[in-house]
Amino acid sequence: MEARLLDELREIVGGRGLISSPEELHTYECDGLTNFRVMPRAVLLPNSTEEVQAIIRICHRERMPFVARGSGTGLSGGALPVQNGIVISLARMNRILEVDFPNARVVVEPGVINLDVTGRVSPQDYFYAPDPSSQSICSIGGNVAENSGGAHCLKYGFTTTHVLGLEVVLPDGLLVHFGGKTLDAPGYDLAGVFVGSEGTLGVATKIILRIVKRPECIRTLLAAFPSTNEAGAAVSDIIAAGMLPAAIEMMDDLSIQAAEAAVHANYPNCGGLLLVELDGPVAEVEALMTDVNEICRSNGASEIRVAQSDAERALVWKGRKAAFAAMGRISPNYIVQDGVIPRTALPRVLSEINRLSEEAGVRVANVFHAGDGNLHPLVLYDRRIDGQEKAAEALSARILELCIEAGGSITGEHGVGEDKKKAMSKMFAEPDLATMQRVRCAFDPLQLSNPTKVFPTPRLCGEKPGEYVAHPAESAGIAERY
Amino acid sequence: MDVATKSESSGLHSSLRYKIIALVGNENVHAAGAADAVAGVQPKLVIEPGTESELAEVLRLANEAGLAVIPRGGGTKLGWGNPPARADLILSTARMTEIIEHAWADLTVSVEAGGTIQRLQETLAQHGQRLALDPLWPEKATVGGVLSTNDSGALRLRFGALRDLIIGATIALPDGTLASSGGKVVKNVAGYDLPKLVTGALGTLGVITRAVFRLHPLPRNTRSFSVFSAKADETQRFVLAVQDSKLAHTFLQSQFSDEAPPVSDILFEGTEAGLTAQESQLRSLAAPANVMEASTPTWAAREELWNFVDPNTTAVAKVSLLPGDLARAMGGVEQAAKLHHLRWRALVYATGLGWVRLEGKPAALKGALQLLRVEMEIHGGSLVALHRPEKMAEFEAWGNPGDALPLMKALKQRLDPKNSLNPGRFVGGI
Repeated sequence: MEARLLDELREIVGGRGLISSPEELHTYECDGLTNFRVMPRAVLLPNSTEEVQAIIRICHRERMPFVARGSGTGLSGGALPVQNGIVISLARMNRILEVDFPNARVVVEPGVINLDVTGRVSPQDYFYAPDPSSQSICSIGGNVAENSGGAHCLKYGFTTTHVLGLEVVLPDGLLVHFGGKTLDAPGYDLAGVFVGSEGTLGVATKIILRIVKRPECIRTLLAAFPSTNEAGAAVSDIIAAGMLPAAIEMMDDLSIQAAEAAVHANYPNCGGLLLVELDGPVAEVEALMTDVNEICRSNGASEIRVAQSDAERALVWKGRKAAFAAMGRISPNYIVQDGVIPRTALPRVLSEINRLSEEAGVRVANVFHAGDGNLHPLVLYDRRIDGQEKAAEALSARILELCIEAGGSITGEHGVGEDKKKAMSKMFAEPDLATMQRVRCAFDPLQLSNPTKVFPTPRLCGEKPGEYVAHPAESAGIAERY
Repeated sequence: MDVATKSESSGLHSSLRYKIIALVGNENVHAAGAADAVAGVQPKLVIEPGTESELAEVLRLANEAGLAVIPRGGGTKLGWGNPPARADLILSTARMTEIIEHAWADLTVSVEAGGTIQRLQETLAQHGQRLALDPLWPEKATVGGVLSTNDSGALRLRFGALRDLIIGATIALPDGTLASSGGKVVKNVAGYDLPKLVTGALGTLGVITRAVFRLHPLPRNTRSFSVFSAKADETQRFVLAVQDSKLAHTFLQSQFSDEAPPVSDILFEGTEAGLTAQESQLRSLAAPANVMEASTPTWAAREELWNFVDPNTTAVAKVSLLPGDLARAMGGVEQAAKLHHLRWRALVYATGLGWVRLEGKPAALKGALQLLRVEMEIHGGSLVALHRPEKMAEFEAWGNPGDALPLMKALKQRLDPKNSLNPGRFVGGI
């Protein structure tokens, strides 16, 4: 980068807030999805909203793209730097600014770690509900970008349910506010559009969150089934019985093996393990737990356990949340998928995955948020074996197609990012994507904020809709105009 | 008189009229009457397309001809928002009422926008399910209208607003594009969340033609109670104590007025065992206040608020405040009403959303609303005037949209560049 520009940026964030040496930049060349890597021109670590604004104003002036980054735990390449762009790391903006118990609101900066919000409010018996598996390291700003879910979103909803307001620096450097501490602020629900936009509409610098009172009790039941089919049938029966558990998770034999090897959760050895969590008033939960028990038995569960203590419960969850990382114990390499299907399509899609897996000679371990149909098939392979990586990638892509064919989605919580943008045109028709692009153009007409992500084809925004002026990139045939 | 001839006299170009008739059929195009007026503005034609592609095509033709289009569902809330700057066509979804798919085992439903909420609920109830929403006038209000006005009631405390229940939407844009976003599954982060963008947009960005919702089971049993307090600050203490407790209540609302002391109503849903336990917890939490079994009409309180005698001397506003600000806000309503010699009543949910009804002379109503809006906004809330007498139509409905207004206008410009949809009805002149 030119020295002049570097100096100007250094002036904003100070010497310790600017990273520009190639050795240090390596840390930022990818996020949790490590097979894509791009070296940024520089990394900025602002300390305040004003600093973020000042950086983005320069980006706007220089037509220099930027990518905001939280903790870099994303699994779709959302925080992957873009060519010739800079990275704005929000890691230093990690203050909890306000805690308001009477109104159950918390105001945070984007770099605050997800679990730290709960940590801060738990003495008063509140918690922050969205709980992605990476919650001990991922940031709220990253959660906002990705609309992160987690195991308990079946009952409590996603990040978007819990974000009431945002302070955002738009891609031209303007500071705006969406929503607020009160509900239904007059105007369009811009917070609703911003959450889950994967950093393509601007950078959030303050976030107003809703916190939730802890339920009177939590009961976690583990049920061992001969296979995922019986476990899946039990899930359907639980839903059909009119219950809304806090979480329903399912693991197959490979995932159980991996989780056991990693954290010794003491899971029963079986073909399909169901983890059902109910929470609420004691009398209510105990009555429903009896029903769940009965449903599991009648669907062929060979063993049913209810975690007897908080420690047991924590261990059960530790096994589930460690399942991705645990795959390293049984396979040198693996691809994590994040497809969603209607819950009722589960048996059909699973048997198809099994068939494809056998056909390709590539193992697939399955971990699901079974209550909401979010599949996390882990495609296991060994890079050192010739052709395995290709076979694994092909199988992984085929699994996503299965999800779309079943009426589902290519991503339930990890985001599209760089990884799944090609699949977007399989899930959405051209007018659908073009309409989303029009929304993007309203926020970011110059396409500076995390450009090249989410959408399959690069497009330019006409400054004035309807008036046609050919852009050089368009004439050269490297971009098409919306 | 033939529709084509009649509308010619009202200035609609005849070739356009024939195109529309050819598209949707003569019987689905009517000259607009006085009953079709929108906040005092008289449109020319009412068009009832039968499918979403017909609707999109009509919209495209109208947009091309520079006509202003007012989308309409059941018409129950057509007066909400500012009067339109122009109104040429009413684009009605009255014929688009299909329940496309109730995937009960997946707890989702896909519906066309023109069906009523009541019919939807009846269909869902056959499988013991519901759309966990209690909007006004469900027997007439349509899916599209309820979405566009973001109408929610007491169930919102437990199940969230429409934004939390909608998982997919198809919208028709003025250029004729039919665009879908979201999907049919509860959990989905692919692409922008446009279902949320069009929820509460008052039909200014596109016309909602279909929606997909997540559903909830109907409760096994319910019990409800009313708790009486002497003053608003006691009510606030009770509401905050319930919110801070381990009770798993479904509704919690408080009613205030110039004629009776405040009363709070609470509803529990669940198993008999659970309900009994919660009732006893409630009684000890509320003590020494009196807890009584609630009468059913208490849940119709919001519609009751709209049951006023004279629309020319009544204003109804939606207010949004912090739950911890309840007593102060209600004190403000009482004072403003007193100052302007108005009758008043209010209903506020534990979410901080509420409805205030004022009755008296239009000039006095205006003064009180202005005063209350300033007070709500100072404390971070808002006041939206939903109904006001025709004589005070110039009172801006929405209040301050904040510093994101230029961005909202940019969005409007991108999706509806010719300002064809509900012009002038939304915030900041949108």
